[in-house]
Amino acid sequence: MSDKKQFMFLNRRAPYGTIYAWESLEVVLIAAAFEQAVSLAFIDDGVYQLVTGQDTTGIGMKNFSPTYKTLGDYEVRHMYVDKESLEARGLTADDLVVVPWEDWETEETVDNIVEVVDSDQLAELIEQSDVVFSF
Amino acid sequence: MPIEVNGKTLETDEEGYLVNLDDWEPAVAEAMAKEDDLELTDEHWEIINFLREYYEEYQIAPAVRVLTKAVGKRLGKEKGNSKYLYGLFPYGPGKQACRYAGLPKPTGCV
Repeated sequence: MSDKKQFMFLNRRAPYGTIYAWESLEVVLIAAAFEQAVSLAFIDDGVYQLVTGQDTTGIGMKNFSPTYKTLGDYEVRHMYVDKESLEARGLTADDLVVVPWEDWETEETVDNIVEVVDSDQLAELIEQSDVVFSF
Repeated sequence: MPIEVNGKTLETDEEGYLVNLDDWEPAVAEAMAKEDDLELTDEHWEIINFLREYYEEYQIAPAVRVLTKAVGKRLGKEKGNSKYLYGLFPYGPGKQACRYAGLPKPTGCV
């Protein structure tokens, strides 16, 4: 399908404090609803967006972290996490949300589309994308 | 336009969606359906309850495409298609069913 473009969304900021993380997620939901090939990457403080057990009651903002878990239903196929950013913050893949994906016609399944990659792999993936959004 | 339910006046936005999600109760869906001249059946409630569960879990209202697939998976293939869902909710399963369920309008829905 030639009209299907590879979209890459780079998420580099902490989930709260600015509107970037939520705005990015909304654009992802819209892009995916228009049947584009959507991938996400989480770099720098952006890795905090995927950390489980977030509690926003103290800051009076909606906790939108559960929404990432449904991205597989929106046909998002890849959520890449930068290894160095994760390690620099004392985090591992076990601290992150699990996002399953399933093709509801063929019943092909992927247990978790969240994948930790190093910066060389990430550079390659960005290079391969048709459209890159940076948030 | 506020909506009257069980003697309470509930605030809605200009398109009729509840402003405060915590105001929802089943009578809200009944009252909204009545304004649209629609009688809610068990089949309608199946979709409304599904939407509320989805929102509880993921904190968003699903896009129609996602709703259609999820309904097919959870409630049976014969229900997971737009013909069935539009039959129940002629104004659009995303918009109308989400409104009855007390959810915001789905993201990306125009």
